[in-house]
Amino acid sequence: MIRSLHRWPGLVAALFLIVVSLSGAILSVFPALERASAPSVSSMTAAELVESVQSAHPGLEEISQSASGRITAWYSQDGEIVSAVVNPSTGEAIDSPEQSAFQQWMVEFHRSMLLNDAGRLGVAATSCIMVILSLSGLYLIARRNGGWTKILSPMRGADSGRMHAEIARFAVAGLVLSSITGLWMSASIFNLLPESTGAEFPTQVSEQAGFEVAKAPFLLTLPASELRSLKFPAVGDRADVFTVKTTAGEGFIDQGTGETLNWTDAGIVERISSTVQMLHTGEGASILGLLLGFSALGVPVMAWTGTKKWAAGRSKRKARATRIDEADVIIMVGSEGGTSWGFAESLARELEDKGGRIFVQALSAFDPSQWKSAKLAFIFAATYGEGEAPTSAGTFVDKLTALAKAPSVPLAVLGFGDRTYPDFCGYARAITAAAKAKGWKQFLPFETVDRQSQQDFARWGQSLSTRLKSKLTLDHQPTAPKTRSITLISRRDYGQAVQTPGAILRFSLPTDTLKERVMGTGFGRFVAGDLLSIVPEGSNLPRLYSLSSASKDEFIEICVRKHTGGLCSSQLMDLHVGDTIEAAVRENPSFRVKRSTVPLILIGAGTGIGPLAGFVRANKARRPIHLFFGTRDVDSDFYYAEELAAWQQDGRLAQLSTAFSRGSRPHYVQDALQSDAEHVATLVRDGASIMVCGGRSMANGVKEALKDILVQHGVSPASLKKDGRYGEDIFG
Amino acid sequence: MKKFLYTLALTAALSIPAFAVASAKPVTLIASLKSYGGKGAYLAVYVTDASGKYAGSLWMSGGKSKYYKHLSGWYRATGGNSGEVAGITGASVGSGRSLKLTLDLADTLFDAGYKLHIDTAVEDMRDGPNDISVPLTTEGSGQPIKGKSYISKFTYSM
Repeated sequence: MIRSLHRWPGLVAALFLIVVSLSGAILSVFPALERASAPSVSSMTAAELVESVQSAHPGLEEISQSASGRITAWYSQDGEIVSAVVNPSTGEAIDSPEQSAFQQWMVEFHRSMLLNDAGRLGVAATSCIMVILSLSGLYLIARRNGGWTKILSPMRGADSGRMHAEIARFAVAGLVLSSITGLWMSASIFNLLPESTGAEFPTQVSEQAGFEVAKAPFLLTLPASELRSLKFPAVGDRADVFTVKTTAGEGFIDQGTGETLNWTDAGIVERISSTVQMLHTGEGASILGLLLGFSALGVPVMAWTGTKKWAAGRSKRKARATRIDEADVIIMVGSEGGTSWGFAESLARELEDKGGRIFVQALSAFDPSQWKSAKLAFIFAATYGEGEAPTSAGTFVDKLTALAKAPSVPLAVLGFGDRTYPDFCGYARAITAAAKAKGWKQFLPFETVDRQSQQDFARWGQSLSTRLKSKLTLDHQPTAPKTRSITLISRRDYGQAVQTPGAILRFSLPTDTLKERVMGTGFGRFVAGDLLSIVPEGSNLPRLYSLSSASKDEFIEICVRKHTGGLCSSQLMDLHVGDTIEAAVRENPSFRVKRSTVPLILIGAGTGIGPLAGFVRANKARRPIHLFFGTRDVDSDFYYAEELAAWQQDGRLAQLSTAFSRGSRPHYVQDALQSDAEHVATLVRDGASIMVCGGRSMANGVKEALKDILVQHGVSPASLKKDGRYGEDIFG
Repeated sequence: MKKFLYTLALTAALSIPAFAVASAKPVTLIASLKSYGGKGAYLAVYVTDASGKYAGSLWMSGGKSKYYKHLSGWYRATGGNSGEVAGITGASVGSGRSLKLTLDLADTLFDAGYKLHIDTAVEDMRDGPNDISVPLTTEGSGQPIKGKSYISKFTYSM
């Protein structure tokens, strides 16, 4: 519901939102420029100001002060009124008061898109939509992060939605302020505010003339900074008076006696209006104005990322000829961004190739009474935020529970999720449990796919083949990245002596052309911890390796161990200097070092040292890093031994603890943590983050050890993970 | 140029209070605006008598009565009563364009100390009270007058 409230107005109004926000961002610069160029009235009284301007311009008709503090004088010269920005202490003209044609045009464009009242209404509607989008967006971020209190916690995920949300968190305050103040101003223009008419023109005046206005008691006590404008009476019209406006109200001064007449304080609505005006335009609050303008710059990016996310969700749904009542396989998809639709499509095509009649639908359309010829049912379910149902799942679980009896067609559930979230595939698990409780027969055990892993999907495809006794190949390529050929420039081999051959492989960095950089089609930028995706010969499935270098280092480095029978690792281990392979870079934002000064604890084993070594290499700021590194043999597979020693020397690495599992005193990285338990606990208490890289069993061992060490301090790896202080990169 | 002229011919004779229209003649007023570069200008065209008292309105350019207080001379004289310009209100006049009116004015308004005034106002710019202030005389007919603020030239001709 909230999601639709966010999506549809956003899509419909995207263009208007961009136009209004960009023009607003441009306008936000002017008050700052004006502020910088206007001499200040400082501690003058209004009387002093009037006197100095009057002495420089005898035919003075009006003085006014803009909210930014710029003084403009109008005076008659050869029968015509001319104007100038004046220096308040000398009265001398220093500038022309006219706004540039560009600025005038831009103001009009921002207010009404040059379409007068219709345009003003359009802009007001756009502001309303901005408020709706901001509030619904905040709600969605809270949901994505798992609650209102976590709205500022680090974001997870690597899709366009993440970028959308990151910008939104930064810009939302400014956008809400701009839109609400803008709406107030629109209401004022369309006469919807109970504004008072201001001071009544005096009916009784002295009918005298000639009082020197600079001696008027009112102006003598008024600080010049509070004067907004002073209009002089028409020459020769004795019934006319001086009209004076200040920040507090308005009134008149008799031209014969200097008396203040009909003083009227500004009403509450007028006072709000002038504050609103200041907040919206930045006139008189130029720094705030610039901040609002900067926030507005986020709107085009959000319009783009938001549309992209929506389009990604749509393009995956393709029409099929088979009707639901004649289909023998029903595939139901509960997906948030739409990625699971692609996987469902791969399965559908593969089954169609084998002669199946397939019907793919959203999980929210679940209705087993329509399944007249179905023999198998699949559910592909993604999880939104912390275990919540995705959009296209609707109220599936409620519908299932409400059925009189479970459908007779056997079911297989596949969960899609991201292991870096606390409740991995929580919704898919909930579906499986509900199906089990209902007594719905499941012909395949529940499985999961982590971060769209093609390997996970292919593995599930194998068990499906076995179960159906049919050869199915599920190789889904979500968004096949464009690979580039990279050349091996050096290799260092380790571990032969302990039967775990591995190597640090360094490749040259392909240079992107300018066009590729602009279009985002080049090899791309990366940091340590991102992934190198390599497609081995003889397979379509790419394998992912954690990078131990950043694009700044001007080389690509990975740390590989040869797995028996491993297609890709064997090919990599066989590379000679000068050989090339096809590779692409993939972001891995969940395993990145955040910029901070608090200590960082890195824990890794075997080739898991790769990205960790990369983090240390990049630590030019000398943040205290404590590295726990476990491997087999000090003489054989101590990856990066020389570099680590050098980095300890130059301060990039504060402390190195090693554990070797071979030798007189077998020792694992968990043991190293335990023997340094007190220190580790102190570091975590002081705010340290922990990042772990290595095989699954090692990662579990480390988690157990840390749970032990930290329990007395009331924290755990799970609670640290929620706070974004515990990152894992697990392989194998 | 023709299309920039806001042409209008009021068929009914203008009724200035206390002046029953015994005999009247068509008078053409043309006010040309400078290229001041802002939004459309509001113009209040009105007449005062020999003692400087408001006698009546001839025309109002600009439809939003909310802005009428910026036409300060007219607003003072009428108390901002938009009833004074009911039926004789038109669109605001753009920068660099002209207002052309043809009115039947009573003969008694001429050579009797009456003055024609035009107050001008432009959004976000300074008000132009008494932009034009000219005695109505037979002799002055056809003589162009320079305005003070937004009006570059004004002529009335019989």
